[in-house]
Amino acid sequence: MPAESGTTLLPPAPAGDPMVPRPVRVESVRRETRDTVTMDLRALDGEGLVFAPGQFTMLQAFGVGEVPISISGDPARPDLLTHTVRDVGGVTGSLCRVEPGDLLGVRGAFGRGWGVEDGRGGDVVVVAGGIGLAPLRPVVLAVLAERAAYGRVSVLYGARSPAEMLFTDELDTWTAAGLDVHVIVDVADRSWTGRVGVVTELLPDAAFDPDRTLGLVCGPELMMRYAAAALTDRGVEPGRVRVSVERNMRCGIGLCGHCQLRGHLVCVDGPVFELDRIGPLLTVREL
Amino acid sequence: MRPVGELLVGHPFFAGLDEEIIRELEGCARNVHVHAGEHLFREGEDADSFFVVRKGRVALDVHMPDRGHMVIATVEAGDVVGWSWFVPPYRWFFDARAVGEVSAVSVDATCLRDKCEADPALGYALMQRVAQVMYQRLQATRVRLLDVYGADHAG
Ligand SMILES: Cc1cc2nc3c(=O)[nH]c(=O)nc-3n(C[C@H](O)[C@H](O)[C@H](O)COP(=O)(O)OP(=O)(O)OC[C@H]3O[C@@H](n4cnc5c(N)ncnc54)[C@H](O)[C@@H]3O)c2cc1C
Repeated sequence: MPAESGTTLLPPAPAGDPMVPRPVRVESVRRETRDTVTMDLRALDGEGLVFAPGQFTMLQAFGVGEVPISISGDPARPDLLTHTVRDVGGVTGSLCRVEPGDLLGVRGAFGRGWGVEDGRGGDVVVVAGGIGLAPLRPVVLAVLAERAAYGRVSVLYGARSPAEMLFTDELDTWTAAGLDVHVIVDVADRSWTGRVGVVTELLPDAAFDPDRTLGLVCGPELMMRYAAAALTDRGVEPGRVRVSVERNMRCGIGLCGHCQLRGHLVCVDGPVFELDRIGPLLTVREL
Repeated sequence: MRPVGELLVGHPFFAGLDEEIIRELEGCARNVHVHAGEHLFREGEDADSFFVVRKGRVALDVHMPDRGHMVIATVEAGDVVGWSWFVPPYRWFFDARAVGEVSAVSVDATCLRDKCEADPALGYALMQRVAQVMYQRLQATRVRLLDVYGADHAG
């Protein structure tokens, strides 16, 4: 199905000037892993932030800088903006050190999301690697909110080690709610009783009908390339496999051209793309 | 309990092989059950068999002086453990430990090698399958070598 046909793929227009950040207060912070935290934010003006799964905001640590961060919260809870941030540098490091009560700035939500509703009536395979589960968590929550609308739903999650897995307390809940959740790590000690290997090894465990499956893939680009290829090898059409592409961004609204990838502006045409639109470009770093 | 030949016929590793060929292996094979935490084999031992996993999960471990036992791969039902039986010096490189209860068919390596020598069609069919397993494990290992979830890749 062409991407443009899914109505909720279109970003809800952010209120006011999209270049002006809205102040939000940090309500709570949970440490997910050694270098990653999940934070709940609430807008000072009390107005919720409606978003589609897969969209991101430009999140600003005042005086430090602004970075694109996917929304990892529940799309049914626009009052609470949830982000999961991994400390990889200046801005993300600063964001990972916030405490309840701190103020941050938010622009957005921006971008084109997963369009998970295109999977209604069929099977959905979610493949996530590392922090890539964060942008896919809203997909899982959206599916759970209307579980009966979807067929078989698999969540295949790969991480570097058991200690670096996100949302560990929720994975069992997802299974209990009728999702087929499989986890694999690159390496583990003996206390780990789960699988060790790469995320694509989980695909044979997922039951789906390739002709009516929507595949949603997020993680490091190399992992996405292999996972997307594994899905198409199983017979899922490239147009029904979607990946979330990360490129450095500035404005987030298609003005500055910073995130240009050949003919696409990742911030507005993406970050989610169908494989048949973006596949070959997954190997291109910055343009 | 089902005869061991039947267990081999129904196993994905042998899918596509003539039942007649699989039956040739029957004389080399026996059914084994391994309890959680017990070993199928240990590093340094002679690789005198290979295991066709029917139920449960097998962890391939290696002991590192500074980190203890690290699991470098797991093998699931439907897969096979080990190819050291096939390549000199026929010695195991890792420990193979049952994570939970494991049922497998253990195939005697000397018996199997003799059969492969005697019947090239069987040998070729088996080699194709072993090569497939080796190829998949090698690819998975290469990807993990790149440490894609590492700090340089935000994901
Ligand atoms: C659409 C989109 C959604 C994102 N969602 C999330 C999210 O939910 N959670 C999260 O933690 N991060 C997310 N990121 C990545 C995040 O924006 C970057 O990690 C951040 O911009 C790095 O800024 P910094 O100042 O902390 O690090 P810098 O000091 O700018 O860079 C530190 C290191 O990180 C590398 N780096 C910078 N940006 C990226 C990137 N986009 N991808 C890979 N490596 C990068 C740099 O090459 C450098 O090695 C997303 C990016 C995009 C484009």
